[in-house]
Amino acid sequence: MSDTSVKFGSPAKVPAWVNLVLVPLVNLLAAFLLSGVVILIIGDNPLQAMEVLIYGAFGYEEALGYTLYYTTNFIFTGLAVAIAFHCGLFNIGAEGQAMIGGLGVGLVALYLDVLPFALVVPIAILAAALFGGFWAAVPAYLQAKRGSHIVITTIMFNFIAASVLTYLLVEVLIAPGGQSPESREFAEHTWLPFFHNFLPLPETPLNISFIFALLLCVGFYYLMWHTRWGYEIRVTGQNETAAKYAGISPARNIILAMIISGALAGFVGVNEILGVHHRLILEFTGGFGFVGIAVALMGRNHPVGIFLAALLFGALYQGGSELAFEMKNINREMVIVIQGLIILFSGALEHMFRPTIENFFKKRSSSAAVEA
Amino acid sequence: MIKKLKLVAAAAALLAVTGVAKAEDFKPAIIFDMGGKFDKSFNEAGYNGAEAFKKETGIEYMEFEVTQVSQREQAMKRMARKDASIIVAMGFAQANAVEKAAKANPDKKFTIIDMVVDLPNVQSIIFKEHEGSFLVGMAAAMKSQTGKVGFIGGMDIPLIRKFALGYEEGAKYANKDVEVFQNMTGTTPAAWNDPTKGGELAKSQFDRGADVVFAAAGGTGTGVYQAAKDNGKFAIGVDSNQNYLHPGTMLTSMTKRVDVAVQEAFMSAKDGTWQPGIKVLGLKEEGVGFAVDEHNKDLITPEMTAKLEQARADIIAGKIKVTDYMSK
Repeated sequence: MSDTSVKFGSPAKVPAWVNLVLVPLVNLLAAFLLSGVVILIIGDNPLQAMEVLIYGAFGYEEALGYTLYYTTNFIFTGLAVAIAFHCGLFNIGAEGQAMIGGLGVGLVALYLDVLPFALVVPIAILAAALFGGFWAAVPAYLQAKRGSHIVITTIMFNFIAASVLTYLLVEVLIAPGGQSPESREFAEHTWLPFFHNFLPLPETPLNISFIFALLLCVGFYYLMWHTRWGYEIRVTGQNETAAKYAGISPARNIILAMIISGALAGFVGVNEILGVHHRLILEFTGGFGFVGIAVALMGRNHPVGIFLAALLFGALYQGGSELAFEMKNINREMVIVIQGLIILFSGALEHMFRPTIENFFKKRSSSAAVEA
Repeated sequence: MIKKLKLVAAAAALLAVTGVAKAEDFKPAIIFDMGGKFDKSFNEAGYNGAEAFKKETGIEYMEFEVTQVSQREQAMKRMARKDASIIVAMGFAQANAVEKAAKANPDKKFTIIDMVVDLPNVQSIIFKEHEGSFLVGMAAAMKSQTGKVGFIGGMDIPLIRKFALGYEEGAKYANKDVEVFQNMTGTTPAAWNDPTKGGELAKSQFDRGADVVFAAAGGTGTGVYQAAKDNGKFAIGVDSNQNYLHPGTMLTSMTKRVDVAVQEAFMSAKDGTWQPGIKVLGLKEEGVGFAVDEHNKDLITPEMTAKLEQARADIIAGKIKVTDYMSK
C-alpha cells in the first residue's frame, strides 16, 4: 500500500478490476439467477435453458456467425450512444439514425450501381455516415443553439425517420410489381462479402462489416483519448462551464459529437442493407438502436467494454432465438423478459450491488493499510 | 422435452388408428411473422389453422415467432434441417426468406400465405381481399343512413390499400353518391396494434358524418369496434369473423380464411396431394367473404342479402370487375 491511500479523509482505493470485471459479472449473475427463477415458474429447467442459450450462441459455427452478426450492429449503436454520452448527451435516436443511414446506403446501391465494387462500397459507407450524421445533426443543432432537449428531439426524429422510410418504400422505391414495401434487389457486385464467401464456414449473415466495426472500436479509442477533438468532447460532457472557460465551444462539440454518433449508428445500415438483405426494407433496424443504449451503459462507454457488451447482447439475441426454438414453454416474450432482466440489472440497477462491493474492498484495503 | 414430444406423438399415433407410421414421420412447421401468433388477426388465424390440424390428426407441429428480420431465413433453414415435412410461412414479409430457404432446400415443401414466390417447391396462397372488401363496402353503403362510410387501415402498405380500394368500389357500386373517408393508422408496424388511435380515427370519421366504418387494421380494429359501439354506429370486422365482439353494432366481418389455408396446406402435405404453384382464393373459392351469424343476422335485411348475393354471383361470373390495387 502506498502512503496516499492512508491519508486521512481521502477515499480508499478500490482495485480497478472490481469496477471493470467484478461488478458487471455480479450484475449479470443476478440477472441470470432471476431469469432462472422465472423459467422455473413456467415449468422448464433453468440449467437446460442456460445450456441451450450458450450452446445456441457459441456452440457451433453457424450460431457463432449469427451471434457476431448481431454483435456488429450492437458495436455500431453502442459506439454511437457512447460518444454522445462522452459529450453529456443522451442520444435515443440511434434507431432513427440507423434507418436514415440505411436509406443512404440503399440509394447509393440502387442508383450508383454502374460503378464497380471498389467505388460503390466506399461511397455507400460514406452515405451511411452522411445520412445518419445529418439525422443526428438536426437535434444536435436544436440542443446546442436553441436548448431543445436532445432526448425529446431524438425520440421524435425516430418517428420521422420511420415515416420517411415508409413513405419512400411505399410510394417511390418499391420494386415494380412488388407487394411488400421493399426496393428491388441490389446488383450483386455491390454486396459486401460474407464471411462464408472466403472462409470455410456455413452460410450466415456475418459479413465484413464486422471487421469494419472492430476497426471503428480502435478508431473510437484513438479519437476519444488521443485527439484534441475527443478531449474537447469529453470536457464539454464533464463540465460545460469549464469547457467554455477553457475556450472550448460547447455548441460546436455537441454538434460534432452528435454527427459522429449519427454516423456510427448509420453504419447499421451498411451491415443490414448492404451486407445482409441486399435491398432496402422496413424494420431492418430491429431495435438495435435502443439496445445500443444498454450496450454503451454496460460497456462504460469504452470501446473494449462496448465490444464485450455487444458480444453479450449478440449472444442473447442468437441464443434467445435458439431458446424459443428448442424449448416449448419459452416463447419469444419469455426471451424478451430474460433480455430485459439483463438490461435492468446491468443498466438501470447498476448501482445496486456496487456500494456493497466497493465498501467490502475499501474496508479490506484500509485494514490492510492499518496493519502495514 | 424431446421425450415429451415423442410421447405426445406416439400417443397421437395410437389414437389415430389410421396412418400410424405417418403420424411419426410427418412434421409440419409454421413460422409466424412479427405480429406474433396471438395478434387477434392474421397470424392468429394461421395459428388456429395449425391447431385445427393438430386437433384433427393429433400431429404436433413445430412453430417459431419471428422478432428480427434476419430470423425469418434462419428459422426456415432450421426447420428444414429438423426435417420438417412442410414449412408454412405467414405473411408477405417472409417472401425473400422463403425464396432463399426454398432454393437452399429444393427437396422441402414451402407454403407462403399472402405473397407469390415462384419456385418449383413453393406453394403461394393469395387472397382476393378486394372482392371481399367490395361486398362489405356494398353492405356499408346500403346500411348507411348518412350516405357516408369510413375505412380505417392499419399500416399504410399496398395490401391494405387493396382492401380500401375494393371497399370504396363496393360502396360506390351500391350507392354511387356515397362518400368514403379513408384513414390509415400509421406507417410503421406499430399501426397494427394501436387500438387507441383506431378509436380516435373512428370517432373523427363519425364526426364527419360516417355511420359505418370498416377496419382492416389487425389489433387496431378492436378500438374501432369499441368506438362504434360507444357512439351507436356500425363497424365491420376483418380477417376472422369478429361479429361476436359487439353484437348489435358489428354489421358484419370481411372474412379471409387464412386458417383454412394453413390447415389445408398441412393436410394436403400429409395426404401427398400438396401442389406447388399459385393458389388464388377469392369469393369463388370461399377464401374471402362476409360473415353472417346469430350476432348480426338482424342487421342485414333480406333486401341487402339479396343484393349482396347477386353481387357475389356477378363477381364470380366476371360481370362485376373489382380493381385489384396491386395490379393497377
